[in-house]
Amino acid sequence: MNLDLLQQLNEARSAKRRAAMVRWLETHDEALVVDGSVLAGDLDDATMAAVADCLRADRSRMVETAAGPAFVQIFNPPLRLIVVGAVHITQALAPMASLTGYAVSVIDPRGAFATKDRFPEVSLVDDWPDEAMEALAPDRRTAVVTLTHDPKLDDPALDVALRSEAFYIAALGSRRTHAGRVERLAALGHDETAIARIHGPAGIDIGAVSPAEIALSVMAEMTSVLRRE
Amino acid sequence: MVEDVLSVAQAWKNEGRKVALATVVATWGSSPRPAGSQLVVDEDGRMQGSVSGGCIEGAVVKEARDCMEGAPPRLLEFGVSNEQAWEVGLACGGTVKVYVEALT
Repeated sequence: MNLDLLQQLNEARSAKRRAAMVRWLETHDEALVVDGSVLAGDLDDATMAAVADCLRADRSRMVETAAGPAFVQIFNPPLRLIVVGAVHITQALAPMASLTGYAVSVIDPRGAFATKDRFPEVSLVDDWPDEAMEALAPDRRTAVVTLTHDPKLDDPALDVALRSEAFYIAALGSRRTHAGRVERLAALGHDETAIARIHGPAGIDIGAVSPAEIALSVMAEMTSVLRRE
Repeated sequence: MVEDVLSVAQAWKNEGRKVALATVVATWGSSPRPAGSQLVVDEDGRMQGSVSGGCIEGAVVKEARDCMEGAPPRLLEFGVSNEQAWEVGLACGGTVKVYVEALT
């Protein structure tokens, strides 16, 4: 691989653009596609179509081309995790999610919780959850987890999440508090199918007790939904 | 924190080191790392990333050194059907194809 090309690819990745690197395994030619434009190399229409297909499927694979077999390597922007509540569990969940490849944003309007000291490596948003969620605009590569236990903060975030394509939505709380949450969201106009998208109580049942263990159970459930569904 | 392989590759090259990249381009059966997984190696044998669960990295590093010294890119196959690969030990029983190239 050529260093110039690698530099262009790394720039595209840090700008969170959709990139694909194509390497022909026999001729050793290479090409770089960023946001649908060919920045380097030559691609015929059929290969361009294959690249688009790989980007859509979010999957790197070998492709047969007129110039022989080529490897199409996909670099989509990272998955996103939006956490509502800069609480103790979030201090464990945020680094776990970063390690797993997510870009993490934490929403909490309460200044005492959302401090850089407690969250050195994540993007902190101190707006109210409804505004913050609208601005972050969750898509189908986004997970949303509410952890405040406070309906005033959690509910508006869940309201926006349910109107998005977020692939995973979860809310912390016991079965009883979840039942109350279901009623409130129904009152906001969400039907049963929509509300059933919420994983509540959040996380798989591993008997988690400590904040880190609860974060682990949520991370496991999020991964399972991403990879299996 | 897990290092980003391609950022490391760029940084090492810019430090003036010889650098090679290994990329999983295809897998069959049970294999620990999916297509697109990468390993970066420098002339001193430093590495970041992975192309398996640690089973074939040693063999890949050897080939990567040849590429750093000017050999053309090569496509390696490791799996149970390949005796040498079995010695290397892809114990999961899967097959992987790994493309090894110098960063130039």
